[in-house]
Amino acid sequence: MPETAAGGPVSAWALLRLRRQLELGLPLTPRPYLTLAEMTGLSEQEVMSAIRQWQSQGLIKRLGLVVRHRTLGYTANAMVVWDIPDEQVQSLGQRLARAPFVTLCYQRPRQRPDWPYNLFCMIHGVDRQRVLDQLTTLIADHGLEQIPHDVLFSTKAYRQRGGRYVSGD
Amino acid sequence: MRLDTTDRQLINLYQRELPVCERPYEEMSRQLGIAEEEVIERLQSLQDSQVLSRVGPVFEHSRAGASLLAAVAVPEEQLDLVAARVNRAPGVNHNYAREHIYNLWFVMTAPDEDTLDDRLDELEHQLRLPMLRLPMVEGYHIDLGFDIDWEALP
Repeated sequence: MPETAAGGPVSAWALLRLRRQLELGLPLTPRPYLTLAEMTGLSEQEVMSAIRQWQSQGLIKRLGLVVRHRTLGYTANAMVVWDIPDEQVQSLGQRLARAPFVTLCYQRPRQRPDWPYNLFCMIHGVDRQRVLDQLTTLIADHGLEQIPHDVLFSTKAYRQRGGRYVSGD
Repeated sequence: MRLDTTDRQLINLYQRELPVCERPYEEMSRQLGIAEEEVIERLQSLQDSQVLSRVGPVFEHSRAGASLLAAVAVPEEQLDLVAARVNRAPGVNHNYAREHIYNLWFVMTAPDEDTLDDRLDELEHQLRLPMLRLPMVEGYHIDLGFDIDWEALP
C-alpha cells in the first residue's frame, strides 16, 4: 500500500480513483501527475510515488506511448495458433516468444473438439505475404513441420483500447 | 499514416519509460530538442489521428483484474451487427474480425473472475452463438511495445 509523504496510508479509494483515471491515459497537461492528483484527491507526490510503486511491483508493465499499429500501416496481423503436445508447450512457447517478429506469445487451454490449439503467436506485419514468409521461417527454425497450426489474419478492428479493469465503460 | 522524423523519434524513445517527474513532457522535450509545448501538441495530435491509443500505463492483466479472450462463430452477413453488440457489453477492450469459422475475437475485462463470468454468460445468452472462452494459462511474451520498423511501413 503506497504511503503519503508523512508516512500515513493513502486512502484506498483515492488509489482506486487514480487507477481508474490512469486506465484512460495520462493527461496531456504540463504537469500531468498534478492534474491526476486534482482529479483523485491525492497530492502530486502521492500520485508519482503510487505510480512508481505499481511499476516496481509489476502492476504497471510499461508507461509510455501506446501505439495503434494498424493506423501506422501494420495491417497484416496474424494470430498463429498451434496444437502442441502438452509436455512441449512451455519450452516451445518460450522459444517462439524470442523470435524477432513474434509480437505476442501465450498459452491458452484447448476447447476440444471446436478448438484444438493451445499456443498463440501474433505476428504484426505490413504485408500479408511477408508475414506468411516469416511463419515459414518460424516453422523451419523450430522444426514445427509436424505441429498442426492455423493462421487467423484479422480483417477488421471493431475496438482496440486499453483494458479498463476498474474504470468500466 | 506517414509521420515526420520528430514524431517517429517520440515513438522510438517513449513507448516505455515515460518519465515520472513533475514535468515529464519537458524532460522529453529536452531529449528531442524541441519545446515542451510542442511535445504536448504532438502527443495530442498523434492521439487525435489514432496513431496513439493513449499515453499511459499498460497494466499487467493478471494483476489488474480478470480478462479473457473469447471468440464467437458468426454468420458472415451478421458480423458487423454482432460486433456492435459485443462492443456494447461491459469491459470489452479488443474486438476483431478474423478469418476462421470462429470469426469474431474479443477480449473482455472485469474487476474479478466472477464478474467476468457473469458478463460472458449474459453476452452468450444474448447472442445465442457458440462461444469459445480461452483464458490465459501462461504468457511468454505479452508486450506490444515493439520497435516500429519505419522503413517497412507504406
